[in-house]
Amino acid sequence: MNNLFRARRERLEQLRRQRGLEGKTGARRTGAALFHQCPGCQAMMSKGELARTHYVCPQCGFHHPIGAYLRLSMLLDPQTFQELDSHLTAGNPLSFPGYEEKLARQREKTGLEEGVVTCKGKVSGRAVVAAVLDSRFLMGSMGVAVGEKITRAIETARKQKCPLIIFSASGGARMQEGILSLMQMAKTSAALERLRRSGGLYISVFTHPTTGGVTASFASLGDIILAEPGALIGFAGPRVIEQTIGQKLPEGFQRAEYLEEHGFVDQIVPRDQLRGVITRLLTLHEKGGKLRD
Amino acid sequence: MIKEIESRLALMDQELEGLQSKEDGPSRLRRAQLARDRAELLELCRDCAPEDNVYLARHPGRPGTADFISALFTEFFECRGDRLHREDPGILGGIALFHGLPVTVIGHRKGKTLEENVACNFGMPSPEGYRKAQRLMGQAERFGRPVITFIDTPGAYPGLEAEAEGQGEAIASTLARMSALTVPVIAVVTGEGGSGGALALGVANRVLMLEHAVYSVLSPEGFASILWKDAGRAGEAAALMKLTAADLLALGVADEVLPEPLGGAHQDPAAVFDTVDQALLRHLAPLLKLRDPAGQRYQKFRAMGLGAIPAARKEKP
Repeated sequence: MNNLFRARRERLEQLRRQRGLEGKTGARRTGAALFHQCPGCQAMMSKGELARTHYVCPQCGFHHPIGAYLRLSMLLDPQTFQELDSHLTAGNPLSFPGYEEKLARQREKTGLEEGVVTCKGKVSGRAVVAAVLDSRFLMGSMGVAVGEKITRAIETARKQKCPLIIFSASGGARMQEGILSLMQMAKTSAALERLRRSGGLYISVFTHPTTGGVTASFASLGDIILAEPGALIGFAGPRVIEQTIGQKLPEGFQRAEYLEEHGFVDQIVPRDQLRGVITRLLTLHEKGGKLRD
Repeated sequence: MIKEIESRLALMDQELEGLQSKEDGPSRLRRAQLARDRAELLELCRDCAPEDNVYLARHPGRPGTADFISALFTEFFECRGDRLHREDPGILGGIALFHGLPVTVIGHRKGKTLEENVACNFGMPSPEGYRKAQRLMGQAERFGRPVITFIDTPGAYPGLEAEAEGQGEAIASTLARMSALTVPVIAVVTGEGGSGGALALGVANRVLMLEHAVYSVLSPEGFASILWKDAGRAGEAAALMKLTAADLLALGVADEVLPEPLGGAHQDPAAVFDTVDQALLRHLAPLLKLRDPAGQRYQKFRAMGLGAIPAARKEKP
């Protein structure tokens, strides 16, 4: 019986993929409520309105986290999405109690197999490899499967000499996979170093929120580092820092603007301009440029 | 459990010291009795729960990086500063001779006295510490020196300034730098291997662990407070986390577990120095003959966790 459902679900997924990425949005599963309150300014707005603005609050510009497929549909040229390693999962390597059930619930809730979607596709006609962490799935945390999918994406970019684009949104290393999660930081960073040495371009985009082991590995290693406005970006989470130093953190601490000011982000780019900026960066990194008379 | 044994041992040691100069019959008898009890008590330490390992790994008497450097190397020359901003004593590094061979040594430093503890921020490095480590690794590569690291940190410092100065970037770029070093690298986890701050010195061709050292994605306290919102359940967390040397050996993260004296490294530091010295010799010799140490290191970390992915085993043997 379960198998039947699973087969059906897979077929549905396949159909959706063939249709392109429309419809695979973050809002698809948010229930019947028609209105949404912006956590940035408390303004009320209709869900439809929010979807039209790509989940950026029209009042205050708050960038709501969005799902990986929606993100990719905004980045890639239509019909060019080819998912990589879509069924790669890693089970429960430390036999952590309750982890399998937790994963099953997350899969059911989000329709995702794991916390990252990796793919090949085109941006304004140029072939790229892209990876997008999805904060809906266990906070986009990096376990073995996420680390492996990202490493494979990096290796694909290197082999096919494609630019690599990674959108990060993550709480860091995944606790339930313990030390093996930690090792994914070394694995992804090592793969990126190889890509770098072979002359490959890597654009890293920080989105809200990115902390912990993801900030302390691949997300911070871009040749170009972009961030969405207001994104929380840090190594330690704000709560941990407050507990450590015993005082309240200043306004704006660990926000994208703060990182830009401190020299860790090239530019902050609003969501609706990201595709344009990435296109320009791809142009700027074309090989074989010649001087025109 | 070890904690109780430790306090009882301390009482015995105190009594033994008091009896030391006395040569009368009852004192001698009592001394012998105490020595027997002590040995018996130490025997109980054979059975260490993960929680006990955490306790031993953090023991203030445990030999630290500075102790290992002075015991195992000669001609140590400390290199300070990241050349960008600041010197961070939380990471100790320099050049030294190991059995006559020039090597670069880098490790976390917790400090022994309270004053040192504060200066070293209890072994929690700032970004400057990691940038200094990168600078020393780069030099090691240029001069063809193997790199030996000692890992002993609760984690990278989670503070306001550390964030402002790019703790995440500092760790990330150290991982990347270390992964591609063309010289052999050996890491020894001597005490606490706390999270990314530990891993930043751990991308090595060989990862050795002392028997009671621990290595984990975050502290058991942090783990318990995230999981159960109760840092007090750290012992329970430690049991779930698979953070002991034996666990890490089984998971393929550690390559060898180095035995410690009964009751932990602080009971007999000289024996520990000897063990580590022999292990380094044993592992360094073949690594020096390796044609592509960076390639071997890459494959080692590339395989981390692959055993958990059923398809990966078939596709990527």
